[in-house]
Amino acid sequence: MGRYLFHRAWQSLVTLVLASVVVFLGVRALPGDPALALAGEEATPEQLAAVRADLGLDQSLPVQYGRYVGQLLSGDLGESTRTGQPVADLVATTLPVTAWLSLYALVVAVALGVGAGVVAAVRRGRWQEWAVSTTSVVLLSVPSFWIGILAVLVLAVWAGLFPASGYVSPLEDPLRALWHLTMPAFVLGTAIAAVVMRQTRASMLETLSADFVRTARAKGLSPRRVLGRYALRNSLVVVVTVVGLQLGGLISGAVVTERIFGLPGLGRLTLDAVFTRDYAVIQAVVILVTAFYVVINLAVDALYSLLDPRVRVDA
Amino acid sequence: MSGVTRAADDGSGATLRGRAAEGAGSAFRALRARVAGSRDDDGASEVAAEAAPEKVFGPPLLEVRGLTVTYRTGEAEVPAVVDVDLTVREGERVAVVGESGSGKSTTAAALIGLLPGSGRVAAGTITFAGEDVTHASDARLLRLRGREVGLVPQDPMSNLNPVMRVGAQVEEVLRAHGLATGRAAKERAVELLGLAGIPDAARRARQYPHEFSGGMRQRVLIAIALACEPRLLVADEPTSALDVTVQRQILDHLEHLTEAAGTSMLLVTHDLGLAADRADTVVVMSKGRVVESGPAARLLTDPQHAYTQRLVAAAPSVSAARAQVRPGTRAVDRAAGPRRHDTADGAPVLRVEDVTKVYRVRGRGAGDVTAVDGVSFVVPAGTTTAVVGESGSGKTTLARMALGLEAPTSGRLLVGDDVVGEATGARRRAVRRAMQPVFQDPYASLDPTMSVERLVDEPLRVFGEGDRASRRRRVGELLDQVSLPRDAAQRRPAELSGGQRQRVAIARALAVEPRLVVLDEAVSALDVLVQDQVLQLLHQLQEDLGVAYLFITHDLAVVRQVAHAVAVMRHGRLVEHGSVDAVMSDPQEDYTRELLAAIPGAEFYAARAG
Repeated sequence: MGRYLFHRAWQSLVTLVLASVVVFLGVRALPGDPALALAGEEATPEQLAAVRADLGLDQSLPVQYGRYVGQLLSGDLGESTRTGQPVADLVATTLPVTAWLSLYALVVAVALGVGAGVVAAVRRGRWQEWAVSTTSVVLLSVPSFWIGILAVLVLAVWAGLFPASGYVSPLEDPLRALWHLTMPAFVLGTAIAAVVMRQTRASMLETLSADFVRTARAKGLSPRRVLGRYALRNSLVVVVTVVGLQLGGLISGAVVTERIFGLPGLGRLTLDAVFTRDYAVIQAVVILVTAFYVVINLAVDALYSLLDPRVRVDA
Repeated sequence: MSGVTRAADDGSGATLRGRAAEGAGSAFRALRARVAGSRDDDGASEVAAEAAPEKVFGPPLLEVRGLTVTYRTGEAEVPAVVDVDLTVREGERVAVVGESGSGKSTTAAALIGLLPGSGRVAAGTITFAGEDVTHASDARLLRLRGREVGLVPQDPMSNLNPVMRVGAQVEEVLRAHGLATGRAAKERAVELLGLAGIPDAARRARQYPHEFSGGMRQRVLIAIALACEPRLLVADEPTSALDVTVQRQILDHLEHLTEAAGTSMLLVTHDLGLAADRADTVVVMSKGRVVESGPAARLLTDPQHAYTQRLVAAAPSVSAARAQVRPGTRAVDRAAGPRRHDTADGAPVLRVEDVTKVYRVRGRGAGDVTAVDGVSFVVPAGTTTAVVGESGSGKTTLARMALGLEAPTSGRLLVGDDVVGEATGARRRAVRRAMQPVFQDPYASLDPTMSVERLVDEPLRVFGEGDRASRRRRVGELLDQVSLPRDAAQRRPAELSGGQRQRVAIARALAVEPRLVVLDEAVSALDVLVQDQVLQLLHQLQEDLGVAYLFITHDLAVVRQVAHAVAVMRHGRLVEHGSVDAVMSDPQEDYTRELLAAIPGAEFYAARAG
């Protein structure tokens, strides 16, 4: 198992290096000249050259890449071309917001998705399955921003149950943080929950008809144990795969959700950076999100080998 | 006698049993004793010699009366089991024998309230140890299952939880029924695994099912079923998925364990020979009904019901001579002049010359696997050579090489004068044409989207035979040869039965008039009666068309029925090769003897023939 994970970690590292190359080249392939943007339209060729030398843009691409990676590794994400603030500071203030929101949304997605999926599978052909399936179709087909706006209107403006916007760190005031994050987390989480529910249901139906489930029942085990230790436990590989894949959707969903609920998170930072062509910020965010994906994939692989002993042998 | 008792003879069962002792029962006991004597394994030898008194069974443990089970399909309630009576006494072993769809497994499932899907008990009663459990509460059933009735399921590969350690799967039965907790449960689980015949049980208990072979997994399932020392063990085709020698070891062991504990057993099987070997009483089911029941020996030597008679007659027998073409069933009218291959010169159609196949195993530290190791033999024209072996013996790899689907690592295979895989262009087409396959599973080997006509026509089209009209005539002719009705041409495989599908596969293989047909376990998936019919058909076709067969099988019992020569394979090597008569009646190798001895019902059939 150790060797398997080492192998996967090594692959992840290669992925990260490749991603950094793509980001590095991608930014340089964008139309526009950062030196021109910094020095201004009126700059003389000498001034431009000076700015270029200052930014290291007069060096060859491999040398530039080397410096870029060196900076990344030392935690230096550069400075915002807009405000001059260190990108690292911007990320440090916005990342926790997105992280808390994503985590909460993930809990909502897994709890609702797996729970509803199990209910739909066990109560197959009864009204519960119908209710769960219909809800999931609705959640999948209605865009989450619309649900978000509706939630703000109904729950915040009319009913006044939740605040329409704002953010409080869970580290400062957990209850108020929960109060602020609940609506965005549900808006973000339920869309993913719908996908998780469908896959859980399908996977549960398959394992429930497996021979070993029948044998478990013939052993006289309680229905709860048969459902948990046998059916659900064997469906988890599928569930983990789906959740892992959906985490990508969590980040892009966060961009929209943070906008709607006025949360000062990474999503909003990215959106603002795109609108103002703040390349240093975009570059940093893309690298961060890529690293996040890679880590999630590694975690999913690690979970596979925890969940299914058969994965452990083929390294 | 006691297996199925019409309610009337309750109470007089013991006397009936006594009378049976003087009759066929004791004869069968003696037969069993001989079987036991020839076995080197444990358990069975406990059955004493001739003088063995007939077992006297206790009071009825399980009584099934008028059991009817139905499944809902759409609006209709379709009966799967109708008015079944069944009695298992304390210490008695009852076998329920039948073909697929006979309702035998449904009956077993109904006993422990585990009917699949929409199945329900529509009528009748199930009484266990004097208590009516027909419509017992869920709580009562939980205590019944595992604790009082153990189940050994059919397929060891799919019946263990793949993500749970083997030891834990035994432990949890003990825990669920409150028989042991904590360390004690762990230790008892290891002990049980050891009793079930798993060596080094303490270490293996910490392993997962995928680290066990099929036979070892079945031992785990036996340990689970017997963990709570149930009074009744329901074994549903417990060894059908296993090799014949493993099957015998497991059944011997199971017999030993249940006999020692006095456990009653309900054995569900499709194998009449196995039932004869392992049960006191046999109940024969067909189409959801019990057609006949009685002491095993009486039922098999003197079957009363027509269905049982057919079943006994069709059971492949080691001692029976090669199939005789039964009058009136000839597929091709000789006078009409079938296109028969000339087999007079006896030239071999297939020559296997020192063939070796090595598979490279992927992954670090893994060595090579030699699937076939220096095998040589010839298949003379118009005859059948059976290749026999257990799983992993290399017999299927050999078949694939003969068909040119795999290339040998060294050595060569010749069809006529052409080396398979080396011929090119027109010669290659000729080689391909000269040999055609029929595979094991007709459900998987026929394209479900094609009509029978297209399936049979396909090889003709591929080889550019004739025009549309002549091909259509040829398809009709082929359907006649395999005894399928002409109107089957427009049907699709899903609309045909298993036996009919295999006939389509045979017709397809024969379409281009091959000189050799490679049959890879071609009758293994079929019920015994259907299997018998298909073997008859193959025999006729050989007589009429002069085609040679390479008959790959794990089932030694059918070999004598179909083959002229037999090649026994083990671990990739050819262990023994010779005429069927020589090999079967005077095997030279220990392994061949072992295989022959392991065939269920071997002694019984020998007795029948003698």
